[in-house]
Amino acid sequence: MTVESMSQTNHQERIGVYVCHCGTNIAGVVDVEEVARWAAEKLQRRGVIIARDYKFMCSSLGQELIENDIKELGLTRVVVAACSPHLHEQTFRTACARAGLNPYLCELVSIREQVSWVHTDTAAATEKSKAVVAGGVERVLYHEALEPLHVPIHPATMVVGGGIAGIQAALEIADAGFPVYLVEREPSIGGHMAQFDKTFPTLDCAACILTPRMVSVGTHPNITMLTWSEVTDVTGYVGNFTVTVKKKPRYINTDLCTGCGICWEKCPKKVIDEVFEAGLGYRKAVYTPFPQAVPKYPVIDHENCTYFQKGTCKACEKFCPTGAIAFEQEEEYLTLQVGNIILATGFDILDARRVAQYGYGRYANVFTSLEFERLSNAAGPTSGNIVLRDGMTVPKTVGIIHCVGSRDRNYNNYCSAICCMQSLKFAHLIHERTGATVYNFYIDIRTPAKAYDEFYQRVLGEGTIFCRGRVAEVSDVALNPGEEGKLVIQTEDTLAGRQRRIPVDMVILSVGLEPRQDAKEVAKLFGISCSADGWIIEKHPKLDPVVTMTEGILVAGCAQGPKDIPATVAQGAAAAVRVLARIQQGQISLEPVRASVNEELCSGCRICNGLCPFNAIMFHEDRMVTEINPALCQGCGTCVAACPTGAITGTVFSNEQVLAQIDGLLMHNVEPGPLEPAAPA
Amino acid sequence: MAKYIFYPGCSLTRNARAYLDSLVAINDRLGIQLDEIDDWNCCGATEYMAIHTIGAWALIGRNLAIAEQQANGSRTVMAPCSACYLNLAKTDSYMQKDAKLNEQVNAALAAGNLHYSAGSLEIRHLLDVIVNDVGLDAVKAEVVRPLSGLRIAPYYGCMIARPDPEHRWDDVEHPMALDRLLEALGAQVIDFPMKTHCCGGHMTQINTPVAYDLIRRLVHTASEYRADVIAVLCPMCQLNLDAYQPDMNRFFNTNYQIPILYFTQLMGLAFGLEPEQLGFGTEFVDARPALRRIDIEVAVAETPAGDAAPKRVKKVKEGLPMPRMPEDEETS
Amino acid sequence: MDHTPRQIFAMIRADMRDAVLKSNTPWHCVSCYYCTVRCPQEVHITDVMYTLKSMAIREKRYDETIAPDFSQSFIGYIESYGRSFEFGLATRHHLRHRLLQTPAAVPLGFGMLTKGRMDLTPQRIEHIEQLQAILSRALELEVS
Repeated sequence: MTVESMSQTNHQERIGVYVCHCGTNIAGVVDVEEVARWAAEKLQRRGVIIARDYKFMCSSLGQELIENDIKELGLTRVVVAACSPHLHEQTFRTACARAGLNPYLCELVSIREQVSWVHTDTAAATEKSKAVVAGGVERVLYHEALEPLHVPIHPATMVVGGGIAGIQAALEIADAGFPVYLVEREPSIGGHMAQFDKTFPTLDCAACILTPRMVSVGTHPNITMLTWSEVTDVTGYVGNFTVTVKKKPRYINTDLCTGCGICWEKCPKKVIDEVFEAGLGYRKAVYTPFPQAVPKYPVIDHENCTYFQKGTCKACEKFCPTGAIAFEQEEEYLTLQVGNIILATGFDILDARRVAQYGYGRYANVFTSLEFERLSNAAGPTSGNIVLRDGMTVPKTVGIIHCVGSRDRNYNNYCSAICCMQSLKFAHLIHERTGATVYNFYIDIRTPAKAYDEFYQRVLGEGTIFCRGRVAEVSDVALNPGEEGKLVIQTEDTLAGRQRRIPVDMVILSVGLEPRQDAKEVAKLFGISCSADGWIIEKHPKLDPVVTMTEGILVAGCAQGPKDIPATVAQGAAAAVRVLARIQQGQISLEPVRASVNEELCSGCRICNGLCPFNAIMFHEDRMVTEINPALCQGCGTCVAACPTGAITGTVFSNEQVLAQIDGLLMHNVEPGPLEPAAPA
Repeated sequence: MAKYIFYPGCSLTRNARAYLDSLVAINDRLGIQLDEIDDWNCCGATEYMAIHTIGAWALIGRNLAIAEQQANGSRTVMAPCSACYLNLAKTDSYMQKDAKLNEQVNAALAAGNLHYSAGSLEIRHLLDVIVNDVGLDAVKAEVVRPLSGLRIAPYYGCMIARPDPEHRWDDVEHPMALDRLLEALGAQVIDFPMKTHCCGGHMTQINTPVAYDLIRRLVHTASEYRADVIAVLCPMCQLNLDAYQPDMNRFFNTNYQIPILYFTQLMGLAFGLEPEQLGFGTEFVDARPALRRIDIEVAVAETPAGDAAPKRVKKVKEGLPMPRMPEDEETS
Repeated sequence: MDHTPRQIFAMIRADMRDAVLKSNTPWHCVSCYYCTVRCPQEVHITDVMYTLKSMAIREKRYDETIAPDFSQSFIGYIESYGRSFEFGLATRHHLRHRLLQTPAAVPLGFGMLTKGRMDLTPQRIEHIEQLQAILSRALELEVS
C-alpha cells in the first residue's frame, strides 16, 4: 500500500484491539475494560470492529481469542495493548501467523512499562492508555505485509583461536561433516591449556588430555589449520563472510619438513621465550613452542634470527636433512568464504608488575601463576622441579596469594573465576613434589563447580595452611628473627583477628585474567563490541552466551569472560551447535525490519554512510547514491533519522507510521462526543 | 626566574632549618624565586584534623585564601614539607569535589574576610617542582662536584606519594623522581625497598616502642643495603630518623650511624656549595664521615665488612630469567 | 591497635558505636595512606579514621588519652599563636603523660635547643585574631 492510497477516513481495514489486564500489573492502575469499550466505540470509524480485554493475553487462551477473531471476523489488522514489545511482540506475531494473518500486520503497544508501571493516578493512566491504543490503531493502518529475508549460508566456518575452545568448536563442526578453517596466530594450536601442568579438580595432566584433541584437529579431513596466521579483514554478513587471512612466513617449507628438530638443535641463537615459557625459559630463533606442537613444523623468529638480522649463520639450512629451510618465503594472503565465524581468542594474564607492593620483578622469588605452571610442567624449563629463581634451590615454605589484581577497583573489578582453584592446585602440587609448607592467602574460597569444594577439602586435609586476609605487601626486609633471607608476607589474618608476618622462600601470585591486549582491535575487525573491561559482549548474559549482537559472529571460551576449562569446552560446543543448526537449514531467515533508500530522493550527501553501526551502508560512486544492504541492516533507525531529505525509510518504522502514531496519541481522529454507556449484559 | 608562592610550614622555621637554608642556597641556581605566603599559619599537620572537621579545612584554607590574593605571576603554591603539601593539596582537592564542604569552609573564612576559590591554585611539592619544572637536565648542568661513590638511600616517606589527589607521581608505591634526581647529582642510588614506608609520624609521642620499631626498620634496611646516607624530603621524617636514631639505638641495643640529610643539602653539595651554607651541623647523627667519602676518593670504606656491594643481589645471573622491568627497558 | 581497620568497619556495620569510638585504633593511625591506595573497594580508610577521631572527641568517648591529649595540646598552641610550638608541646605532654620518661628525653631536648632546632618561646602570626575568628566560625558550623 502506498501513502497516496490511504486517506483520513479510509476504514477498509478490519482492526481487532485486545487490551490485557496482565493480572493486576496493568488492571491495578488502568481501567482496562473501559479502554476496550472506548476503543470499540470511539475508534470504530478508524476500522476497529472488535475490542476485547482479557486477564493474560499472552496465555494460550488469550492468543486463541486473537486467532479465532482473525478467522471468524476476517481481521486484517491486530493491535494488542499489553506489555513491552521486547517481551511478547514475537508471541502475538506468531499467533497471527498461525491464524493466517501476516505477522507484521500486528502491533503491540505498551500500556504496562509505559503506563501502569510508571503512573499512580488511575484516571490519568486510563486516559493515557486510550491515547496509546489510538496511536497503535493509527499506526497499524500503515503496516505492510512483510516477508522475512532468506539468506543462504555458506557451509564453511572459521574458528579464530586454536585454544581448547576453538579446538572443541572446530572438532564438533568438522565431525558433523562440514569444513572448518582454524586460524591461530602462534606456531601451534593448544592455547594456554598447553602451558599448564595439571588441571583441576581431577589433576589430569593438561597435555595428556589436550594433545589427542590437537592431533584430531591436525589430521581431520574437514579442518584446514592455518597456524602462524592472523585475520586481517572481514567483510560481508551472516552466511556470506569474506575473510582475508595473513599467513605469516614460517620460512620453512612444510611440504619438505619432517619435524625432526635438527634445525632448532643446531641453531646458535637462544632467546627468552616470552610466550609459551612465560618468560621463564629459553627457545631458539627457529623453534616449535613445545614438543607436542600441532602442526609439527617450526617457525623462524625473524627478529632474533642471526641470518635475518646480520646476514650470517644459516646453520639450520646447513643441517636440515630435507632442505626445508626457506629464507626467501614471503607472507601469503588467503581470501576465504565462510558462513559463520567463531571467536575463541582467549585471555592474557594481568601484568603483575603493576601490583608494586607484591614485588614481582624486584624480588627474584616472586612468580606469577603462569610462571609457576611452567615450573611445575615436566616439559618446562626445570623439567618439572619446583625450584627458586636460581634454578636449583627447592623452597621450604611457599606463600600463594589469591586475588592479585582481581576484585580490585585499582586494577580489575571482577573475579577471575579460576584463581582459587588454581591456587589450591598449586598448593597440592607443591606438597606432593617438595613437601614444603604451603600458605594460601585468600579473601574467599570460590569453588562452585562439580568436585571443586571437595578438592578444597582435600587440600585442607593435606596440611596447607589457609590464612584469610588480603596480603598487604611482600618485602625482603627482615624485622624479626626467622625472617633473614626470606620474603616476608605481611597480612591481616582476619579470622584470628591479628596482623601476621610470614616468612617464605617463594611467593606465587594468582594473577587475574584479562582480555587479550588487542581484544578491542579484534572486535572492531569483526564488527562486534567489547564491554568496558574488554571482554567480548554476548547477546544475552544469561540466555544467549555464545552469540554476539552481530549475526554470524559467535564467541566461545575466555574471550567472553574468565571461566574454567569445563565451561570453555561447553561454550565451544554450544557455538558449534548454533553454527551447525544454521548450516543444516541451508539458509537463515532475517527479520524484515530494515531501512531502505529511495534513490530518487537521495542527494548523495553521504551523511548516513559513517553512522551505521553494522557497516550495512554502501555508497555507489558511479550513481552517487547510497544503498543499504538488507542482510546487514538491523533496523536501528540511525540513518533514517539522519537523512536530511527523508530519503531513507524503515519497514516497520516508516515516517508515515510514526507520524500516524503521533496523530493517534493526540487523539486527532477519535469519534467526537461522549461515550455511550455500556449496554446491559 | 620562575616564581612560586612559597609555604614553608612551621618545621622549616626551626626544626628543619637545614632544609630551608639549603633550599635558599640553591634556589638561585635552579632559577626558582620563592614568594612566601604573607602571615601564613600552621597547616595543622595530622593533629588538627583529629579534633575538628570544618575547622581543620578552614585552618588550611586561610593560607590558600591569602595565597590566591597574593598575585606574584604564578598560580603555583610550593611546599617543601610533605605533610603541609598534602594538607594544602587535599583541602584544594576536596573543596573542588565537595560543594558542601566548599560552602562551609568559605563561610568560616568569611569570618576573617577571606575567600578561597577552589581550583584556582596548583599545589606542588618542592621535589615535584624541581624534577618536573626545573628538570633534571638543568640540575645536571649545575653539578660541579658529582657525589660519585656516595651511596644514597632515597626515602620519600608516605605523604608525598599518597594519596596523590592530583595524580602527580608515576607510582604511589615506588616513585622514582627522587631516585632520578640523586642520580643526576652523580650519586649511587640504592633501590631502597622501604622508600615510601611511613617513619611513624608523631608515634614517638604516642607509643614509643612502636615508633622506634618503625624507625629501626628504615634505618636497618638502609644499613643492609650499605647506604652511606638516607636522603629525605620531609621534616617529620628527618626528625624521626635523625633525632631519634640515638634513642632507637639505645632501645634496641644497636649502633646504626646513618646520617639523614635533606635532598636539597645534597644538591647544594653537588653544586659546589660549602656544607656550612647548607645547614650541616644541625643533624644528630654526624654527617661528616659521609662527607669525607666525597671529599676524598673512595679508599677506606667506613663499613664494617669492607665490601661495598649490596647485601641482596636483585638479579640472579644463572638460573631462570627475571621479568623485564620498565627501568630496564628504558636503559636497554 | 585494639582493632584492625577491617574489624572497625565490621563493628560500624554492626552498630557497635560505643566500642568503635572507644577503640584506640583511629588514634594509632599516622595517616600514611597505604590502606587508602591499596583498598580494592576504594574506601577512603584514612579519612574514616580522621572522622572517627573527631567524633570521639566531640562525644568525649575515647578510652585511651595519650593521643587525644597530644593532639589537643598541639592545636591549643595553633589556636593561640597560629604556629606550632614544639617545646611547649613536648614539655606539656611529658609532664602530663610521660613523667617517668622525662629524664630520658632531656638529652634529645637539649640537643634540639643547642642545635638551634627548637625555640624556647612560641612564634606568633601577626593576624592571630583573624585566624581565631575563622576557627570560631568553623566551630559553630561544626556543631550546628
